[in-house]
Amino acid sequence: MTLHIAVLVVLLGLFFVLPAYHVGAFSRIMVLAIYAMGYNLLFGYTGLLSLGHAMFFAAGMYGFGLTVNLFGFSVAPAFLTGIIAAAALALIVGYLALRTAGVAFMIVTLMFAQTVYLVILYFGEYTRGDEGFVVQQAQRSFAGIDLTGETERYFAALILFAICFLAVAKLVQMPFGKRLVAIRENEERARMLGYDAAKLKLHALIISGAVSGIAGATYGLLFGYVGASFSTVQYSIFPLLWVLLGGAGTTIGPLIGVIFMFYLIDISSGYTDAYLLIAGVALVLLTLFAPLGLVGTLRKRAFPWLP
Amino acid sequence: MLASLEGAVISAILVLTAMGLSIVFGVMRVVNVAHGEFFMLGAVLAWVVTTTLGGHPVFGFVAALIVVPVLVGCIAAGADRLILKRVNYDPDRTIVATIGMLYIIQQATLMTYGPEARPVEAPFNTRLSLPWFEFGDEGFQMIWPWGLSITSYKLFVIFAAIAVLIALWIVLTRTKIGLIMRATQQDSDTAQAFGVPVGKVYSWVFGLGAGLAALGAVLVVPIQQAHYLMGGDPLLLAFIVVIIGGLGSLPGTVIAALLIGMSDGIISVFFSPTLAKIIATFLVAMVLVFRPQGLLGRAPS
Amino acid sequence: MAAVNVLETKGLTKIYGGVEANLDIDFQLRKGQITALIGPNGAGKSTFVGMVSGRTLPTRGTVSFAGKDISHLPAHKRMQLGMAYTFQITSIFPGLSVYDNVDLAAGRKLANDKTALAQKTTQVLDRIGLTDRADQTAQDLSYGHQRILEIAMGLAQDPTVFILDEPTQGLSESEVDDFVTLMKSLAGETTILLIEHNMRVVSETADYITVLDQGQVLASGTPDEIHRNAAVQAAYLGTTSDA
Repeated sequence: MTLHIAVLVVLLGLFFVLPAYHVGAFSRIMVLAIYAMGYNLLFGYTGLLSLGHAMFFAAGMYGFGLTVNLFGFSVAPAFLTGIIAAAALALIVGYLALRTAGVAFMIVTLMFAQTVYLVILYFGEYTRGDEGFVVQQAQRSFAGIDLTGETERYFAALILFAICFLAVAKLVQMPFGKRLVAIRENEERARMLGYDAAKLKLHALIISGAVSGIAGATYGLLFGYVGASFSTVQYSIFPLLWVLLGGAGTTIGPLIGVIFMFYLIDISSGYTDAYLLIAGVALVLLTLFAPLGLVGTLRKRAFPWLP
Repeated sequence: MLASLEGAVISAILVLTAMGLSIVFGVMRVVNVAHGEFFMLGAVLAWVVTTTLGGHPVFGFVAALIVVPVLVGCIAAGADRLILKRVNYDPDRTIVATIGMLYIIQQATLMTYGPEARPVEAPFNTRLSLPWFEFGDEGFQMIWPWGLSITSYKLFVIFAAIAVLIALWIVLTRTKIGLIMRATQQDSDTAQAFGVPVGKVYSWVFGLGAGLAALGAVLVVPIQQAHYLMGGDPLLLAFIVVIIGGLGSLPGTVIAALLIGMSDGIISVFFSPTLAKIIATFLVAMVLVFRPQGLLGRAPS
Repeated sequence: MAAVNVLETKGLTKIYGGVEANLDIDFQLRKGQITALIGPNGAGKSTFVGMVSGRTLPTRGTVSFAGKDISHLPAHKRMQLGMAYTFQITSIFPGLSVYDNVDLAAGRKLANDKTALAQKTTQVLDRIGLTDRADQTAQDLSYGHQRILEIAMGLAQDPTVFILDEPTQGLSESEVDDFVTLMKSLAGETTILLIEHNMRVVSETADYITVLDQGQVLASGTPDEIHRNAAVQAAYLGTTSDA
C-alpha cells in the first residue's frame, strides 16, 4: 500500500513541476489509466481477453453525456448513470459472452462492441454519431467547482484515479482477487476447489466494465466531448495494448503502459499521419519479447516487490 | 433478380476472402485479425502492378492476378515465420500479434501509398444482357433482350471464384498437399512425429490464406477502388461467414458466404444499412454464444 | 454392514456415442474408510469419478452424498458440500507460489478468518513436507512435488470425502512410500476414494475394494475377499499381478 501512495504522491508532485502542456497530457493519461485498470482486472487478473471493452467506456461516456444533454442532469447523477449503464451492459454481455471461452470470447466481445458502436451511429439524432457532441462548460461544474480549468481538471482526474487505483489494489489483495487469479491460472482447478468460476468471472466482468465506465464518464466530464470514435474497435484494442505494455496483472502496470503509449503516439504523430504504426510495432514486439510487460518483466528480473 | 446477380458478385469475393480465414483457422487454430489487411494489400498492390506495367488493361490485370496473390502470400508466410512461429501459436498471443500486424500493414500502406482511393481499370467491361424466363400473368415468358443486365467483368469474377474454389477443393481433397494439411489439422504433434514439417506447413497455409484474400481483392479493384482502410469490412464479413459456416468448416464457409453475400442486398432493402449491420453483427455474436460450432456445423458428440 | 455410507451411487450410467463407459454402477463409500477403485485401463474408473465429482454428466442414475441427492449439482457445489478431488493429470496453479496454491484451497472455507487460514495453510504444508518450498513457484517444482502439492490442496479443504485419481502415477518408490504413510495417517479422519493402478498401494492402504471391468462392477469387498474372488483373478489380477 505504501508503494501505491508513493505513486499518487508522484502524480501530485508532477502537477507542480510539469509545464502546462504535460499537465494537460497527464490529466488525460490518468483518465485513460482508469480505463486500463478496469481492463486489467478482467484481462490481467482473471485471464479473460476482451476485444470489446470500448463498449463499457462508451456506456459510461454516453450515460453521462446523454443524460446531461437531453435531460439536464447535473454532474453527480449523470456520472452515476454512466457507471450504472456500463455495469448493466457488462452484466448482459457477461451473461451471454461468458458462455464462450478463449477465441470465441474475444470475437463475441468484439461483435457486441461493434453492435454498440453501430447503435450509437443509428441513434445519430441524439448521439450525433461519429461527429459527437460537446458537454457545455456550464454543465461541467461539481460542488461549485468549474472542472474545465486546467488545475481543477488535473485534480479531479487525480482524485478519481486515486480512488480507482487504491480500490483495485485493495480488491486484488482480497480473497475475491486471489480467486480471480486462480481462474486465470487454472479455471478447472479453481472449480474443483469449490469456487463458482462462472459467477466469479461474471462479477469480474461487471466490476471491470463499471471501472471502464467510470473512465468513460470521467472523460466526458473533464474533456467535455462525447463521440462514437471512443466505441470503435481501436478503443477496445488500446487498453489491451496499455496493459500488455505496462504489465498485465500488476496494479501499476496500466498507468505505466498508458504513459508510455501516450507519449510514443504523441511524439510520433508530430512526424507522420501513420502514428498508429507505433501501436502495431509495439504490440508485435511485446508479444514476441516481453509478454509480461514493463512492470512484469522488472518484477521478475529485479524487483519482486513491485505491485 | 438483378440484386441476386450483384449478390453473387459480392458472394464470389467474400467466399475467397472467408475461405482464406477459414483455412488458416482450420489448420492452424489461428484467428488472423490481419486478414482484412492482406485483402487491402492485394488491392493496393494490384493498383501498383497495373500502373507500373501500363499498356493494355488486360495485360496489367492478368499480371496482377498472378503476381499479387503470390506476393501477398509470401509476405504473410514471412510474417508467420518471423512472428507467429515465435509465439508458438499461443491463442492469446497470436491474436495480439495479428492485431499488431493489422496496424503495421495498414499504417505502412498509408505512409507509402497514401490516403487516396485509386481505381484499377477493368480488363473488359462490356455490358451483357442475358435472357430471363419468368412465369407471369400470361404464363411462361421469355424476356429478351435485357432480361438481366450485368457487365462482362462481373460475370468473369463469379466464374473466376468458382474456378478457384474447385481448384482449391481438388488440392485439398485429392492431393498430397491436402493430405498433409488435413493431417496437421487433425493433430499437429502426431503429424510432426510422422515427418510432416509442421512449421513449413503452417507458413504455407498462412501464405495461402492471405493469398486467397489478395486474389479476392485483385478481382474487386476494378469494381471498388483501392484504399488503405478498405480491409475492415471484408474482415468483419469474413468473420461473420466463418462463424456462421462453422469455424474451420470449408463447405460451411461456402454456403455461408453465398447466404451473406446474397442477403446483404436483401436485408438492406428492408432496413437502413446501419440497422441491417446492427442486426447482422448482433445475430452473429448470438450464433457464437449459442451455437459455437456454427449454424451449419454439427455439434461435437 | 454397520458402516454408514457417506456417498452412494445407484444405476450410474454413462454412454458415449453408443459405448457404455459405465453401466448401472451401484457403489457405496463407507465413512471413515479408504475404498480403492481398481480395474484395468479403460474399465471406466475415470468416467465414474468424473460423474461422482460432477465433472461429467451421467446419462442416467443418481449420486447421493450424506443422504442428499446431488446428481444435478454442478461440480463446485459438490466440492462445497465437502468433497475434494485430485486430478489424474496434475492440476495446480502453475504461476502461483506453493503457499498460495494451498492458501486458495483452504481459503474457500476460511477466507474470512485470516489467522485460521494462515494456520491451516502452514499446517498442511508442514504435514505434507512442503514447508521449505512454500515460496517457490508451483511450476518450478519437480513432478513428484507437484503431485504432492495437489494432494496438499485436497487436504487443505478438510474434505468429508477425498477423491484421488491415480495419485501415485509417476511417483518414485520412496515418494509412493510417503504417500502410503500419509493415507494411513488420514484413516478415520476422512473418507477416501482412491483410484489406483499400483496394487502395492492398494493392498497397503485399502479397507475396501471395488473392481470395475468394462464399465461394470465386477466385485466389491475387503481386500481378502477380492483376492479370493475367482472372477477378479481371471479378469484382472491374473493379467496384471506383476504390477
